[in-house]
Amino acid sequence: MAGPMKARAKMQGNYADVRVLMSHPMETGQRKGGDGKPVPKHFIQNLTVKLNGKTVIEGEISQAVSRNPVFSFRIGGAKPGDKIEISWLDNKGESNKTETAVA
Amino acid sequence: MTKRSLRRGAVTTAALIAVAAAPAFAQDEKKEIQKYQQMIAEGSPAELWELSGEELWTKKQGPKNASLEGCDLGLGAGKVKGAYAHLPRYFKDTGRVMDLEARLLYCMETLQGRSDKDARARLFGNANKPSEMEFLVAYIVGQSRGVPMAAGASHPKEKEAFEMGKALFFYRAGPWDFSCASCHGEEGKRIRMQDLPVLSEPPGARKAYTTWPAYRVSNSQLKTMQWRLNDCYRQMRFPEPTFGSDATIALTHYMAVLAKGAPYAGPGTKR
Repeated sequence: MAGPMKARAKMQGNYADVRVLMSHPMETGQRKGGDGKPVPKHFIQNLTVKLNGKTVIEGEISQAVSRNPVFSFRIGGAKPGDKIEISWLDNKGESNKTETAVA
Repeated sequence: MTKRSLRRGAVTTAALIAVAAAPAFAQDEKKEIQKYQQMIAEGSPAELWELSGEELWTKKQGPKNASLEGCDLGLGAGKVKGAYAHLPRYFKDTGRVMDLEARLLYCMETLQGRSDKDARARLFGNANKPSEMEFLVAYIVGQSRGVPMAAGASHPKEKEAFEMGKALFFYRAGPWDFSCASCHGEEGKRIRMQDLPVLSEPPGARKAYTTWPAYRVSNSQLKTMQWRLNDCYRQMRFPEPTFGSDATIALTHYMAVLAKGAPYAGPGTKR
């Protein structure tokens, strides 16, 4: 049950500036809920960015990232119209992905 | 509860350090805060709320199994683009000045046939239970990005609301004898390290009004203007105002009219 995800990519000189928003609770496992019991860990572990189907970034992230994270990165050698696909996989095996074209 | 008291503890420590340090240090800190505010403004999760809100806007629900797409936000039935910039305004069908939130409640009841209780079931959300109202507001305000603010100010009822809002802004009461103007009435006031805008003058009103509703990083939720006022009243230790009441609409209208002409820049991101 993944919430919405949104990406934007824009050329800045010779690289593409990519920005992605994702909905995720990013629970650290340290927090206690209203019932006093710890809220189970639930966070994104892997982040994958593909440029025209080829993996260009593989990131491992952890509990230290905030709820509803925002990431931005630069991809060198991208051209306008290139397809960028961003996906995440969390510790419960849930995943989501979004696509955008470089503008 | 634990989280809240912990956070308060951390803030107090930070405040003590700031007081103890030299003014030059405070200047640096101010710059750092500005940098932080700029960073959070660059990629706003508010956009995620907009996406969910658009889905809810077109979703058929309620006893009449209808969507809100036929809702008249002031520019005609179903017209969303730019509608928020013209709110609050007088609505002939209800005979009162309404802001976005009050109008949405009205549409939920009339178009979808939902009871007042059902429409108001979750006006303020939290991370575990998000609010339908906050999603819808995000979507609608996002459709006014860049549109100059132009709240209704010509109808006698609109003039009345403006005057009532102004009176409420300066009305001192409660155990602390506070009014909105106690914090937002003169330059240079702040709460902790947050500078407070002067909301009774156009420059401050423009800056504040065009960046609310906003995603609040500290709640990880998008918060509406009605929530903002509700929380200000809580901080002033007033009795809780009714959501979408004539009083809160009048205050919103007062700020909206003062912010006239400024392009809507939200939904923003706030600490």
